[in-house]
Amino acid sequence: MHIHRLEKIFLGLGVITLVAFFLILIALQVGESFKPPASSMTIDPTKVASTPPFDRPGLHKRADGSYEAYYVGQVFFWQPSTLTVPVGAKVHFYVTSTDVVHGFLIEHTDVNLEVMPGWVSTATHVFRHPGDHLIVCDQYCGAGHADMFAHIVVK
Amino acid sequence: MMVLDRMNTATTGAQRRLIFAHLTVAFAALFIGTFFGVLQTLSHANAIQMPPWFDYYRMLTAHGVLLALVFTTFFITGLSHLAVYQTENYPHRSIALGWLAFWLMTVGTVMAAYEILAGNASVLYTFYAPLKASPWFYVGAALLIVGTWVALLEWLLVTNTWRRDHPGERTPLPAFMVLANYIMWFLATVGVAIEVIFMLIPWAFGWVPGVDVLLTRMLFWYFGHPLVYFWLLGAYLVWYGVVPAILKVPIFSDSLTRLAFILFIILSLPVGIHHEFSDPGIADRWKLLQTGLTLMVVVPSLMTAFALFATFEEYAAKLGKTGFFGIVGSLPWGDPAFAGIALAMLLFIFGGIGGILNASYTLDSTIHNTMWVVGHFHITVGGPVALTLLAATWRLLPALTGKRLFSVGLARAQVWLWFVGMAVMSFAMHTEGLMGAPRRVEHYTYGGSAIAAAWQPYSLLAAGGGMVIFLSVIAFAIVLFGTIFSKSDVTESESARAFTFALARPGDEAPSAFDRLGLWTLVAVALVIVAYAGPFYQHFSEHVYLVPGMRTW
Ligand code: HEM
Ligand SMILES: [Cu+2]
Ligand SMILES: [Cu+2]
Repeated sequence: MHIHRLEKIFLGLGVITLVAFFLILIALQVGESFKPPASSMTIDPTKVASTPPFDRPGLHKRADGSYEAYYVGQVFFWQPSTLTVPVGAKVHFYVTSTDVVHGFLIEHTDVNLEVMPGWVSTATHVFRHPGDHLIVCDQYCGAGHADMFAHIVVK
Repeated sequence: MMVLDRMNTATTGAQRRLIFAHLTVAFAALFIGTFFGVLQTLSHANAIQMPPWFDYYRMLTAHGVLLALVFTTFFITGLSHLAVYQTENYPHRSIALGWLAFWLMTVGTVMAAYEILAGNASVLYTFYAPLKASPWFYVGAALLIVGTWVALLEWLLVTNTWRRDHPGERTPLPAFMVLANYIMWFLATVGVAIEVIFMLIPWAFGWVPGVDVLLTRMLFWYFGHPLVYFWLLGAYLVWYGVVPAILKVPIFSDSLTRLAFILFIILSLPVGIHHEFSDPGIADRWKLLQTGLTLMVVVPSLMTAFALFATFEEYAAKLGKTGFFGIVGSLPWGDPAFAGIALAMLLFIFGGIGGILNASYTLDSTIHNTMWVVGHFHITVGGPVALTLLAATWRLLPALTGKRLFSVGLARAQVWLWFVGMAVMSFAMHTEGLMGAPRRVEHYTYGGSAIAAAWQPYSLLAAGGGMVIFLSVIAFAIVLFGTIFSKSDVTESESARAFTFALARPGDEAPSAFDRLGLWTLVAVALVIVAYAGPFYQHFSEHVYLVPGMRTW
């Protein structure tokens, strides 16, 4: 089998680029600076309303000064529907569903989670600027999917 | 050309009828599906609102299923029959298995389509549990899958006979490409068949109380990514096999073509988790592992790009043309089949680059479940794959029906309109996706949000692109029906030459290891185990709740 010299160069450059991409991802994961969401917390989806802290969806302050925000998705709304957080707050999100799969997307942030009944999805975000953030459901969940949204007010 | 004359191009009338039956179902799916597509773009742009008796989501389910699953599967299966029957020619052999496959697929399609259009299965083409559709929707999906397995069995049997009759020779390249694609498809569909038959059907009938949601998603995407390579290899069958025949040059390299297809068998499967970067329950190291494998599957597509440009160069050299513009200018743009396929390749450059970007989860958190993704698959399956198949039709029709094309000019307009429309629509979708517009949403209002209002201009642009594509579909229908009902016949030899597969140049014979599909299948299975052992072990060692599910539409 004969491989043309130009093809060797072309494929070589391609492979080097791909390897570089992969090395960057490995470095980001090993250096803890970027990891995909991968929570392994589970929850009984039929008992969310009576499982603390999801029995009180909303903001809870941690001892270290950061916050935990508990969200429950169900057809077709988020609880809490509006959340107020202080400017500069570091917020750890915990999101679950009581029925079908939803998607938790905070517009113009990196928080974008598949929310599955039986699981708690997690993400962390620091809100640096005052303003209003729209949260939409970005996974099809049924007839009212387009009207499933909430707000985070940073002030 | 000696090498081309060696090719046996004849098919029997019975074989042509079987192939044409597949195309008929594919075109019906295309017409209905693209009409729905245009309505979707208008609904997105807040220009129309779907009535309750035919709501957006049943329409979107129909669009995804009819175009991504039915149109592609039927067309590619029909095309594959042609590739196998032309190159492993047994005119007196029964094609009963081919018809059995066709009817299984068709009955399954009708069953699923009925449930979707009746509003009993608005679960979209990914049918994520625990959205609970009518059980007959899942039964239909299972029949569609099993039908394709029967077609694979048919080709394995024909090829076996051919190999016995031609000891020491390599399987003809077109048949090899078909087998490679469908072996990969078989390994992939085993996953979704397990999901549907053992999990979803018993649950939808109410025989079991709940379903393991994450497991259904892992099985679905184990199938869902190779699905896109199944489409792509359908197009590659045309790019590698038919394009050189149109240009009357031999295949660039028989060995490298086989190697590319072998790499696809091995690397298409162990990557499905790149669709689940945002899912809980799958550790980040498994996501990293499958990202690496995803980047590797780019390599055979790079090989394809090189081979195709080399083919163009060889064609131009015959005409004494060199240099980029010399080569591009010398290509037979007047031939609608060639022009469409070349434009499809051009779109795939952008689709392929987008695919490499999507492979890394750093971008995923920004674009996951946004219109970016919709833009991406319209410029991969909607552009390159669908346009290749439609353009190929302009040569398939004379070959199958013996009729002259109704209008070459309109056929040429058809491929350009598709190209322009898809490029515009996909650009608009990518852009609004980057701006945060979620996918699978019937209208963007969100209580009058200013963020959502900023997406509006791009939704309108996408609707404009969608209408251009639909003009292309209308042109397609006119030439299609005009040709079928035309009275103008082509000669027998014209018809036989209309759609052929090129052969390797003399002396270019692949090493025999490249012909051992059984061996490469085992390698593929081994790699699947490497990629999925971790995620599955993790899944079964955690406490997972079963979910009852419901109908939410
Ligand atoms: C006239 C041509 C077409 C138009 C106007 C069109 C338009 C659209 C639009 C607007 C969506 C997004 C809907 C949403 O997320 O809410 C969509 C989804 C989709 N389209 Fe198309 N499309 C066309 C052709 C095609 C073709 C040819 C294919 C494949 C061969 C295709 C495959 C898909 C798939 C798989 C989806 C995803 C469905 C889902 O999210 O469940 N489309 N299309
Ligand atoms: Cu939703
Ligand atoms: Cu994929």
